[in-house]
Amino acid sequence: MDFLSFFRKKSAAPSGSVAKDRLKLVLVHDRVNCSSQVLEMLKTDIIKVISNYMEIDQEGLDIQITQTQSDDNNGTVPVLYANIPIKSMRKVNQ
Amino acid sequence: MSEVIVITSGKGGVGKTTTSANLGCGLAILGKKVALVDADIGLRNLDVVMGLENRIVYDLVDVVEGNCRLKQALIKDKRFDGLFLLPAAQTRDKDAVSPEQMQKLCESLKEEGFDFIIIDCPAGIEQGFKNAIAGADRAVVVTTPEVSAVRDADRIIGLLEANGLNNPTLILNRLRIDLVQRGDMMNIEDVTEILAVDILGVVPDDESIVIATNKGEPAVNTTESKAGQAYRNIVQRLMGQDVPIMTFEQQPEGFMDKLKKLFRK
Repeated sequence: MDFLSFFRKKSAAPSGSVAKDRLKLVLVHDRVNCSSQVLEMLKTDIIKVISNYMEIDQEGLDIQITQTQSDDNNGTVPVLYANIPIKSMRKVNQ
Repeated sequence: MSEVIVITSGKGGVGKTTTSANLGCGLAILGKKVALVDADIGLRNLDVVMGLENRIVYDLVDVVEGNCRLKQALIKDKRFDGLFLLPAAQTRDKDAVSPEQMQKLCESLKEEGFDFIIIDCPAGIEQGFKNAIAGADRAVVVTTPEVSAVRDADRIIGLLEANGLNNPTLILNRLRIDLVQRGDMMNIEDVTEILAVDILGVVPDDESIVIATNKGEPAVNTTESKAGQAYRNIVQRLMGQDVPIMTFEQQPEGFMDKLKKLFRK
């Protein structure tokens, strides 16, 4: 281990890898070709459907497109990520 | 056997025209008959990069509209045997030509017996891009290791494949080795991994390109130029030879070097 590194300030990630990460995320959106308008429509539809079954926190709802490792090959695939906080379960039969 | 290669990028200013000029000259130096076609109608630049701006009489639009014969518009480069330039029109716009007309033009150039027809595509994804790729057999995408340029390259690769130009290859231009080694620039693997295309070549950022362009002489003809060497390698790959990608490893500066530098100031 470098003796001097102990004294040096721990530096942030190099800008090259920051660029790579930003680029990857931008391309996920570009390649899916999903506009924010479409995402907004999707969001309202999801709220509508889920509200039939349970009461959800519409303010805390978070929907975004990111990427994940695909199961079959080593590449990454886009995923629709939705975090939907539930306030209370409604009875389905009501 | 003749081949039409379109040099494209999406983003402007990444080096399409410089790449077109150098690949054209490099192929001509190796004895090929080459036509360089400037498809950037309204913003013609390939003529000045080649240093042939004073010899233009007719242009691409004149040929397409039948104002002259193809042979009359082709400017012969006297420095390189077998190299010809078809300049773009400067006073017209992109709509002056249609994709069908460009296809026909490429066919006529093939009939003229050119081995390689290199098309310098305009920036953007509009009419000019559609025209430039219409007659192409294969595409070369130029990018720099920046987020904006790689993003546009990704879009262009998608559009090329949607138009039947599959498996475009990539030229990574203006790579700064010092920045890559410091971790402050994306490296070759980063870019090829993200774009998922084969790499045709890597051109280092080199001031000899600026000097060569100032004089209107392509750097590929300058032996001591690093970028020139990179272009010569790309030319050989275009001709089907297997040339390894240049390594640009710089020896890290030792303590004595630093000391010497200090005293030189």
